[in-house]
Amino acid sequence: MQSEVMFAGFGGQGILLIGDILAHAAMEEGFEVAWIPSYGPEMRGGTAYCLVVISDRPIGSPIIRNPMHLIAMNRPSLEKFAPMLKPNGIVVINSSLISIGSGRDDVDELLVPANDIAGDLGSTKAANIVALAAFVARSKIVDFEILRQCVKKVFSSKENLISLNLKALEQGKEAAQVKNPGP
Amino acid sequence: MGKILMKGNEAIGEAAIRAGCLNYFAYPITPQSEVAEYLSRRMPEVGGVFLQGESEIAVGYMLFGAAGCGARVFTTSSSPGISLMGEALSYISSAQCPAVFVNIVRGGPGLGGILPSQADYFQATKGGGHGDYRLLVMAPDGVQEAVEMVMMAFPLAEKYRNPVMILGDGLIGQMMEPVEFPDHLKSEPSNKDDWATNGMDTRKSNERNLVKSLFLNAELLEEHNRVLKAKYDRMKKEEVRYEPYNIDTDYQVLIVSYGIISRVCRTAIDNLKAEGFEVAMIRPKTLFPFPEKAIEEAASKDSCKVVVSIELSMGQMVEDVERSVHGKRPVQWFGRSGGDIPTPEEIIDVIKSFVTL
Repeated sequence: MQSEVMFAGFGGQGILLIGDILAHAAMEEGFEVAWIPSYGPEMRGGTAYCLVVISDRPIGSPIIRNPMHLIAMNRPSLEKFAPMLKPNGIVVINSSLISIGSGRDDVDELLVPANDIAGDLGSTKAANIVALAAFVARSKIVDFEILRQCVKKVFSSKENLISLNLKALEQGKEAAQVKNPGP
Repeated sequence: MGKILMKGNEAIGEAAIRAGCLNYFAYPITPQSEVAEYLSRRMPEVGGVFLQGESEIAVGYMLFGAAGCGARVFTTSSSPGISLMGEALSYISSAQCPAVFVNIVRGGPGLGGILPSQADYFQATKGGGHGDYRLLVMAPDGVQEAVEMVMMAFPLAEKYRNPVMILGDGLIGQMMEPVEFPDHLKSEPSNKDDWATNGMDTRKSNERNLVKSLFLNAELLEEHNRVLKAKYDRMKKEEVRYEPYNIDTDYQVLIVSYGIISRVCRTAIDNLKAEGFEVAMIRPKTLFPFPEKAIEEAASKDSCKVVVSIELSMGQMVEDVERSVHGKRPVQWFGRSGGDIPTPEEIIDVIKSFVTL
């Protein structure tokens, strides 16, 4: 069984970091993983994305044109990647910044106002962690407790950020429990 | 020790340190600049040398100088940078100094692009610099194998007193995969007292050592070239490395593919197997020496109708595949070269098209 998760947004939203955290968590749980960053000429303010491949056997091609899941943190990312998704995946939409839906009726669409939730917690910078938590809670792709440990580890050198991000994790998890009314 | 998640470029730098190499000279170039970035921080921590040269030409000769003095030394660069090191590679090979070069290949020719490519196959295996020399060339298919090949490269370079080249690509450099640094691949630098200019006091000797590549006398030059050839022949006997895949089936098609694209082929082979269509693969891990016999044997199997060389270039390795197959089966080529790596589905279509021809 192999899953591919695309994280996408604009530069500065912590896209590569949440991909990194998920890859670490999956590795800790014993899966084979590959983390592939957006790579190529890119301009300031452009899109940032990364792909995390998680599998229970050695990963063949790390090149995936049609990923299973998408975490879209801004509108251009959703518009670019939603049409490429395989059916039956999960699409997390940062509804604080994105006013449209995925336009797909064959995916599990989860609207998470990640920036608003993170802003209420004290910093919109944690919006990425809110979205990651919502995705993991919904997909159960890795154990949530392992994810929590990985988040702690990533922020271990910035102790003041640990409690913010742990709260962001909980709020994201809660946001995933809500059944969305749909677009 | 457990596995850690590391970017290919950083893992390559760490692997060299774990292999006991504490001298790194380089000049930055995409897509491998993270090696230098990583080692600029790590080398001082372990008491090693990180030195950014003023150009790749200078770096090549820094390697020559350090290797001639008996130090373990390596550099990393990318295609145009390796071209600039070509002259030094030739001198180092002739002077029989061990050194390790990593080429994280970018698309060419010329300035090309920075996306994954295997367009430097000829440069690595057939030349790059001038004269009758060969490099021992290894090509990893992922981050873990890149680590292992870098760690193996130093003792191999010393065994043959010859440069070793690792051929990667932008994706192997940029992606993160779980890695470990196997203890059994750690090695001590060999004793180089009988040839290196490591100081007469150091080796407690009154004999002078001379490291050179100039042989103006025809007889001496030919004799020297015979010595070099004997080493390359020994590599062909002792260093051929490859991985067979799905080879115990009655396959109709034999793929020869290496590096990152071989992983796409592996997925294509698995998917075709599910359809009941058997395809096998020989994945060269050393490009020189080339697994000629393994390919010839695999191609000769009764069920095998065609051999396909699949590579990220416009047809380079295919020449070695043809040479290996000895005309026993038709040899086809499929390649991409702009930086887009084909999907397993694209490979499947290509394989099917060659069988129904």
